[in-house]
Amino acid sequence: MSKTLIRGARVLGGEPQDVLIDGETVAATARQGEIDWSGTGLGAEGAEVVEAGGKVLLPGLVDLHTHLREPGREDSETVLTGTRAAASGGYTAVFAMANTFPVADTAGVVEQVWRLGREHGYCDVRPIGAVTVGLEGRKLAELGAMHESAAGVTVFSDDGKCVDDAVIMRRALEYVKAFGGVVAQHAQEPRLTEGAQMNEGVVSAELGLGGWPAVAEESIIARDVLLAEHVGSRVHICHLSTAGSVEIVRWAKSRGIDVTAEVTPHHLLLTDEMVRTYDPVYKVNPPLRTERDVRALREALADGTIDIVATDHAPHPHEDKDCEWAAAAMGMVGLETALSVVQATMVDTGLLDWAGVADRMSLAPARIGRATGHGRPVSAGEPANLTLLDTAYRGQVDPAGFASRSRNTPYAGRELPGRVTHTWLRGKATLVDGKLT
Amino acid sequence: MQRHLISAADLTRDDAVLILDTAEEMARVADRPIKKLPTLRGRTVVNLFFEDSTRTRISFEAAEKRLSADVINFSAKGSSVSKGESLKDTAQTLEAMGVDAVVIRHGASGAPYRLATSDWIDAVVINAGDGTHQHPTQALLDAFTMRRRLVGRDAGLGQDLAGRRVTVVGDVLHSRVARSNVDLLHTLGAEVTLVAPPTLLPVGIESWPCEVSYDLDAALPKSDAVMMLRVQRERMNAAFFPTEREYSRRYGLDGDRMARMPEHAIVMHPGPMVRGMEITAEVADSPRCTVVEQVANGVSIRMAVLYLLLGGNEPAVTHTRTEEK
Repeated sequence: MSKTLIRGARVLGGEPQDVLIDGETVAATARQGEIDWSGTGLGAEGAEVVEAGGKVLLPGLVDLHTHLREPGREDSETVLTGTRAAASGGYTAVFAMANTFPVADTAGVVEQVWRLGREHGYCDVRPIGAVTVGLEGRKLAELGAMHESAAGVTVFSDDGKCVDDAVIMRRALEYVKAFGGVVAQHAQEPRLTEGAQMNEGVVSAELGLGGWPAVAEESIIARDVLLAEHVGSRVHICHLSTAGSVEIVRWAKSRGIDVTAEVTPHHLLLTDEMVRTYDPVYKVNPPLRTERDVRALREALADGTIDIVATDHAPHPHEDKDCEWAAAAMGMVGLETALSVVQATMVDTGLLDWAGVADRMSLAPARIGRATGHGRPVSAGEPANLTLLDTAYRGQVDPAGFASRSRNTPYAGRELPGRVTHTWLRGKATLVDGKLT
Repeated sequence: MQRHLISAADLTRDDAVLILDTAEEMARVADRPIKKLPTLRGRTVVNLFFEDSTRTRISFEAAEKRLSADVINFSAKGSSVSKGESLKDTAQTLEAMGVDAVVIRHGASGAPYRLATSDWIDAVVINAGDGTHQHPTQALLDAFTMRRRLVGRDAGLGQDLAGRRVTVVGDVLHSRVARSNVDLLHTLGAEVTLVAPPTLLPVGIESWPCEVSYDLDAALPKSDAVMMLRVQRERMNAAFFPTEREYSRRYGLDGDRMARMPEHAIVMHPGPMVRGMEITAEVADSPRCTVVEQVANGVSIRMAVLYLLLGGNEPAVTHTRTEEK
């Protein structure tokens, strides 16, 4: 078994430590300089040494919301390119959304995606199953079969579409309780968002683009937390984007409702002012909101009202973005920039420390998605899923360097802090000095 | 003035007055036996229309031809666009043919802005109406019409519309004409009031430089110009208002209401009118209604815009007029 000694890493941003990886496991940790690893019999002999030099060591990141596009849209991303992008961004597990072609609404499709992830070995892939057949919102998919498949699905979502029928939503919430599943809702009241192109407000009024009102998200969240309370289920809210949604989730949690929520990096940084460029790279669903919403989301992530950061990594081929706004696809890639955006918006602003980042981007998402072996503390005996981050780094985002097959990032040319230099998946390095293995 | 004309909001007061003054010069051409200037000889202008609009297309075409430009009409219907060709490919095709200016009408808000700011094409882009965003030449021809009627043809030269009160009535939500007019009229110093049922006003309108009212009767006596917007009957089916009749009663302009306007006040409409809906035949056919003038003025305005954006260092039209005198 191979061994790696990471020397002088600030675990969760704390004092520098030495961390010894033996095989798939963290074998030992010690304050830097406390142990002379050579010849101590601690087993560091022959270990590959990584000089961390004060970089921050985090548990491997877990993304509860990734679009890997395979099967069906391999022109924009595959399980291979998507998991390579994930490893580049410091992730060791991603949950792959169900809106593929065919839809991941059967055991066969989820097993295929899961198996591809295992074969490639860059990042664990946990498929998300569709809630309803074909994401059509009418008939429950075989949720139990997907759970019992090799993929072991625990998270179900029609993401991209809202489970808007209240009865179907209620049944789904109830049904998955039998095996500890959770429904992740894409909260979007469909009638209120017909023809919606961007956040409805001052900017949409001026630009003449169809409005996506905050109330279309908030009304569904309000309904679903009440449903979850009524049937005693847990519910997860995807990509929460408005200040009003934050208030509703805060209220629900204060009532003891078992609700969790995610926010995307782009909703923590960008506002609908960007849409004035009519550049579809800023077109995303839910849409970029206002400065006030961004502030509320950051505060909510800091105080725990929002549990996690999830990327909603949504790759699209160039032609689907190199066009007029209305014709463009919605979505942004995010795996390779997420940690940098979180550092810029949450850490460098003093809202969250690195232990908080580890919680929001690894521990909590692993817990919500029941990703065994992920989101664990960096301590002896734990699986060696680790991410090493150079927090002092400053550099411009260059999409040409992405591992993702797609380039639809809103950050091209923008200076962002932090760079993931190493990622280990069960002790095996998937990223070394910023290069994929 | 900027290189392209995408939004009325991009025009400064001096830009706008220059266009209006130039349009007055161009209008004189229309009074000649031979309505043609050599200004754009050898320049190629494409009218790229992704949306049906006979009126605007013909108006631009007339303007281009009077300036001696080579005109290519490209209509999306029956073209490669219906076979899935993108705006980008169409633009690059036109670029390869050496087009100097593209006059674009598109159903998607922002399409002309995209065309002008992308690297797809190098030509001058003139927005002939995009989605529910902007229609700057319409706002210019409306301002031109107001200045002529309210200030005077000669007295208006060099003047803006300071202190004039303009009321715009109807489907503001879906109207690029309303947006363009609010921007331009504000720049020219006019006071704009928008009147519509709340359902037909966009959320976020509070940031616009104008007043908003739900009460047409209150606004009329304080108006120097009343601009009626077309209201499509289909809006009724999306619950924007209960019935056509209720809309007409509350927001339509009929003879009784027109009588409440000041004597000098004019009635405007960008056309096409839905008679019996937002405007009665009595009002539409009255001498206070400027619809036909607006059409004629549209050609002059579009000549002025083309001239100013494409004419470059060619001899100014002013010289032509001086020679005529």
